[in-house]
Amino acid sequence: MGVIGFVLLLGWLERVGLTRTWIGYVFLLATVVLYAAIGVMSRTTNAAEYYVAGRRVPAIFNGMATGADWMSAASFIGLAGTLYLQGYTGLAFIMGWTGGYVLVALFLAPYLRKFGQYTIPDFLGARYGGHAARSVGVMVAIMCSFVYLVAQIYGVGLITSKLTGLSFGEGVFVGLAGILVCSFLGGMRAVTWTQVAQYIILILAYMIPVFWLSAKHTGNPLPQVAYGAVFDKVSAREKELLNDPKEIAVRKIFADRADVAEIRLAGLPGSFEEGKLQLQGTLDQAKARRASGESVLAAQKAVDTYPKDVNAAKAAWNRDLALRARSVPPQRHGEAYPAESESAKNIARKNFLALVFCLMVGTAALPHILTRYYTTSGVKEARKSVVWSLFFITLLYITAPALAVLVKFDIYTMLVGSEFAKLPAWVNSWARVDPTLLSITDINRDGIVQLAEISIGSDIVVLATPEIAGLPYVISGLVAAGGLAAALSTADGLLLTIANALSHDVYYKMVNPSASTTLRISVSKALLLCVAMLAAYVAARKSADILFLVSAAFSLAASGFFPALVLGIFWKRTTATAAIAGMLSGVAVTFYYMATNYPWLRGLFGITGSISSYTWWDMLPISAGVFGVPLGFAVIIIVSLFTRRPTAAEVALVDFVRVPQLPRDATKTRNG
Amino acid sequence: MDTAQRQREYWRKNLRVTAILMVIGFVVTFVVAFFARELSFNFFGWPFSFWMAAQGALLVYVALVWFYAHYMNRLDHEYGFDETSEGEQS
Repeated sequence: MGVIGFVLLLGWLERVGLTRTWIGYVFLLATVVLYAAIGVMSRTTNAAEYYVAGRRVPAIFNGMATGADWMSAASFIGLAGTLYLQGYTGLAFIMGWTGGYVLVALFLAPYLRKFGQYTIPDFLGARYGGHAARSVGVMVAIMCSFVYLVAQIYGVGLITSKLTGLSFGEGVFVGLAGILVCSFLGGMRAVTWTQVAQYIILILAYMIPVFWLSAKHTGNPLPQVAYGAVFDKVSAREKELLNDPKEIAVRKIFADRADVAEIRLAGLPGSFEEGKLQLQGTLDQAKARRASGESVLAAQKAVDTYPKDVNAAKAAWNRDLALRARSVPPQRHGEAYPAESESAKNIARKNFLALVFCLMVGTAALPHILTRYYTTSGVKEARKSVVWSLFFITLLYITAPALAVLVKFDIYTMLVGSEFAKLPAWVNSWARVDPTLLSITDINRDGIVQLAEISIGSDIVVLATPEIAGLPYVISGLVAAGGLAAALSTADGLLLTIANALSHDVYYKMVNPSASTTLRISVSKALLLCVAMLAAYVAARKSADILFLVSAAFSLAASGFFPALVLGIFWKRTTATAAIAGMLSGVAVTFYYMATNYPWLRGLFGITGSISSYTWWDMLPISAGVFGVPLGFAVIIIVSLFTRRPTAAEVALVDFVRVPQLPRDATKTRNG
Repeated sequence: MDTAQRQREYWRKNLRVTAILMVIGFVVTFVVAFFARELSFNFFGWPFSFWMAAQGALLVYVALVWFYAHYMNRLDHEYGFDETSEGEQS
């Protein structure tokens, strides 16, 4: 209610004449102040409050908090755009990121809650008796949470700079302040209640524009129901555009340019001088035969814009070569596994299924999500809490594909075929902000927009929806605030996971078991600060490929944690040595596959030789977990059978977590 | 029945429901996606396989998780393993 009132107030202020920059500032400040206020109110130095919010978070609120914890900047801003660009292929993310909760509910949440300690390495330490398993757990937890954290802070910087006009680096540090005010003062308790607030903001921010857009195009404000009819129209329109002669002509222009660039690139450095001479010749000729002023000017311009030296030419022609991607006909949105040949289709299908698998198992193994189920008041509540989590998460994920189709409909029918002189205002404003998000050029100079002339980046879909739907700018501010909430909440959860792994598992359990509660929490807070600064530093350098890092976190967590956790609960025979071997080998093979197959990592490790010689079974590196997880299971099972049975205490722990509560008088029988 | 025996039976029933729910989840996710090209008949405007991946599977997941919570909470009660203020502290 408060949020709606606030938006209405700002909407009125916009009418009165508040400028866009100020609306941005007000949204940024108001939301961060709100989160900070919750953080200050929830400050605590009690261990149970700090680590697990006192274990009395009601199921529904824990569900909301998990939702916010879960949905990152990538889900909020990037997902609908990915679906717009990839159609069916993008649905791997939708199924993977929701289906994972079925695994959480069935295999982990109730048992971890019954175990009832503070971190995931805690469980590994208790079940596989000793510091070795705990240390491996700490290592995996930090590895996957840190890469994920860097991606979130990067997202925070991006949104803050878009919202306010601060530079990216300043945006990172403003956002960092927002993250720290919650987690620093009140640990898990503050983070939980902030995340509840953040969930409400982000879901409202996501839904309002989509509902509006749906009402505009279908007359039905429920996009999830209404977009079936729109889908039909989009499919029909796709068919028209595939065979439209003008579309084909534009695609041909791109293909020709790429061909020319390819020949020139192959002929470097000779082709550079050749091209230069040729243009100069054209100009001289035009001057000599006293051609019209216009053609002399054009020839002069061609000479002026010609690359200055060989390196510049190489860069420019490589850009032209990349136009090849735009010369292909548009993909059909509903077509599964589009490809030229039957074998390529099968490879696409294999990769789709593998990605779904990795994202699902990864979801069920990310420590910042699993720790959330420590905070409920009991096993029963933990089970209910997963239901609420999945429900709240599904709200957004079921809407994203609808949004993608609605925006596609808008662009295919309203924008394509319109005149360049009368482009909608949102097109011009976004093309000015960032040409990688949106650029439209009249390639064939007919004054009409062709689909092939539009180049679109995935983030624009969510960011521009309010304007496409014809809503006032204040809603755009709300959307940006929603994206910020998504990034901040995930960053909070991750930061806390890393700091707790270091302070609780490493410092308290292994270095200084006699540390007092106050000291432990102080250490945790100090570490929190260091980790946050380090992550911000890495994010500000913008060096790594952020999207890849996020998916890497899933595969690493999946192969590191999932087999050891699940077998630890479901198979009493699992031994400590086996679990450690399984975790290490799973992570190692996943990491090896990524390092040898992903270009950025290959560069980092200096791996040469063709990628295909390192590729197994045509699998993309994003799904590396598809090798790590089965290997982890296999190693654990085989090694377990060859090592000494687990101790009585370890077996007792398994029995303990399998049942919510044993009756006090175990001999007293009931009529069961 | 003594507690140990009840525990074993409770666990067996838990394993059974877990397995059944996993099979359903597997079918709506992987089997449908595997045959996505064959299952692309028109379903209220959507190609069926697209609708399944975008909405159907998600609704099934929520139902599965809800059913599991409901079933297990009842099973706890039936076997006297539900959480009360008495008994061991967790």
